[in-house]
Amino acid sequence: MSIEFNFEEGANGVATLIIRGDMDMNSSPEVREKLTGMFEKNQKAIIIDLSAVPYIDSSGIATLVEGLQWSHSSKNKFFLAGMTAGVKDVFEIARLLPVFDTFDTPAEALAGCSPQGPA
Amino acid sequence: MFGYIGRKGFKSKSALEDFFREISGLYYLTRSTLYCTFIEPLRGKPNKWGPVWIQMDEVGVKSSTIVFLVAFLIGVILAFQSAYQMAQMGALEFVGALVGVSVTRELGPLMTAIVMAGRVGASFTAEMGTMKVSDEILALQTMALDPVKFLITPRFLAILIMLPCLTVMADAMGVFGGYLVGVNILGISSTSYIDNSLDAMQLKDFITGLIKSGVFAVIIVMVGSYQAFIIEGGAERVGQNTRTSVVISMILIIFADLLFTAVFYYFT
Amino acid sequence: MEKTDAAIIKLENVTKSFGEGEKKIVVLDDFNAEMERGKITCIIGGSGSGKSTVLRHLIGAYQPDSGKIWIDGENIVGMNVKEMNAVRKKFGILFQTGALFNSMTVEENVALPLKEHTKVPIETIRIMVAIKLEMVGLRGSGHLKPAQLSGGMLKRIALARAIALDPKIVFYDEPSAGLDPISIGVIDKLMKDLSSKMGITSVVVTHELPSALRIADKIIMLFKGKIIFSGTPEEIKTSDDERVRQFVNGLPDGPIPFSKTQKDYGEELKEMSYY
Repeated sequence: MSIEFNFEEGANGVATLIIRGDMDMNSSPEVREKLTGMFEKNQKAIIIDLSAVPYIDSSGIATLVEGLQWSHSSKNKFFLAGMTAGVKDVFEIARLLPVFDTFDTPAEALAGCSPQGPA
Repeated sequence: MFGYIGRKGFKSKSALEDFFREISGLYYLTRSTLYCTFIEPLRGKPNKWGPVWIQMDEVGVKSSTIVFLVAFLIGVILAFQSAYQMAQMGALEFVGALVGVSVTRELGPLMTAIVMAGRVGASFTAEMGTMKVSDEILALQTMALDPVKFLITPRFLAILIMLPCLTVMADAMGVFGGYLVGVNILGISSTSYIDNSLDAMQLKDFITGLIKSGVFAVIIVMVGSYQAFIIEGGAERVGQNTRTSVVISMILIIFADLLFTAVFYYFT
Repeated sequence: MEKTDAAIIKLENVTKSFGEGEKKIVVLDDFNAEMERGKITCIIGGSGSGKSTVLRHLIGAYQPDSGKIWIDGENIVGMNVKEMNAVRKKFGILFQTGALFNSMTVEENVALPLKEHTKVPIETIRIMVAIKLEMVGLRGSGHLKPAQLSGGMLKRIALARAIALDPKIVFYDEPSAGLDPISIGVIDKLMKDLSSKMGITSVVVTHELPSALRIADKIIMLFKGKIIFSGTPEEIKTSDDERVRQFVNGLPDGPIPFSKTQKDYGEELKEMSYY
């Protein structure tokens, strides 16, 4: 199954990347390419919508960790939203669930981007 | 495949059967090594050079001291030995020619290969044999990695490159050893020694020496690897096969040398 | 293609013998077994029962004399190297000795299958290795060489390497042999997590019953190349087969002989006489 992306650039420099398809060894390099492209644009926050990702393997998780590294070094925000139960299990077994900022839906993540109040 | 070769080892009935099975096993391993090393890169699976560099250091650089020492001493011995005979014939100034030809054509390649069989061939068998015993080779296979490509190819390339290089340097050391003896002890004048040597030594001899060393390199690495890959069972077999590997390499090297010398004798 | 959904691994009428003529030993005789998808199947038995031989058949190290071995819908018997390698990418193996490559560091060991078989960039691979090492509880040991590790650590690193490619199936050869209780606990928990959370099928060859009882969904007990028990951990405790009971209770005397020799003890000693 090939992977597809939907890229939405919202207000205040918040970008949402919707990933559709399995994130495995074959598709992770593609996701990474997409992500590094987004990092270079210097967004204030990036939200990854995983609600259409039925399966993720460790290469997918590692690719998302690179987002975490970006957010750490650039002091920007990197959120994950809408994980399915199966994907959540994989994060849990990799002990990475507490490391990421996760939200149940992209909307919540969007709200989380502006903790100081409504934008 | 290697397990198959190894297991058949226990079914042997006669020494002759044993011998032919070893030869055919060696042949098949050599064939697949040549395929992995030279054909597969052309089909889009390039060789990795990182491991080759490491092996070149192990095989070549670290053997240089002992090879130089042996070659130098051979040159010295040869000069003394021939001086005695030559002096009786009143041809002392031809010592340089004799040393030069013997070293470049015969003793340089042969002694280098024998030293390397002991040093490098033994370590090939010991290293890979230990890997075989501890299931590392099986682990490679089950990870869908070809042990031949992963283990033998780097060693094969390294020794194929380094043995001729060492031979060239061994030739130089041998000739130098002969020169020191000739000039300082036998009292031959430096110019006459060099002139006589250069007259006698031919580029052809030097090049056949290099070709031989290439063949010796293949013998050392293939015998060493084969003896490692057929190991089944415990660690004591590693010791046994290391010894067997050195003995077989040396015998095959000398036979190959004989073959070369005979061929050159009749065809040149 | 006979693709059955429940059983991911299936052995059909597998027969294997070693040696020729008088020395011929039949290790597996018309052996049939199934391992279910996403479940942990433990193969137990005493030494010489043929359990390791079964494992070596499953990973393609041995070819059976006859019979079929199905792995994820493909019969691996008689496959060539290329076909077999395609199947091998679906499974990982934890060897009894670990079988880590001594010339490489821990990180290079775990990264090796990833570097060789995927197009994942090296930066991602480094993170993946860190994740796998954390899963086995040994993050921060990536720079060490296998020779610097203890037995328990070696096994855990080897497990990290076995699951590097996120395989569907993991084979364990005596995972808890020679380990301390904590390492056994870590590996047991990891095996359970891998199968329950990631749907990995596990096949465990072991002679340690307590460990098998803790983790197994199904236990297969072998004796002289035959299955003498197949069922859940609860069932094996209540089995009335004497051989199973002997194994479960660890009794030296019973239908499984303590001594391997067939000859009468007294007779043999008498025959040794020189008089």
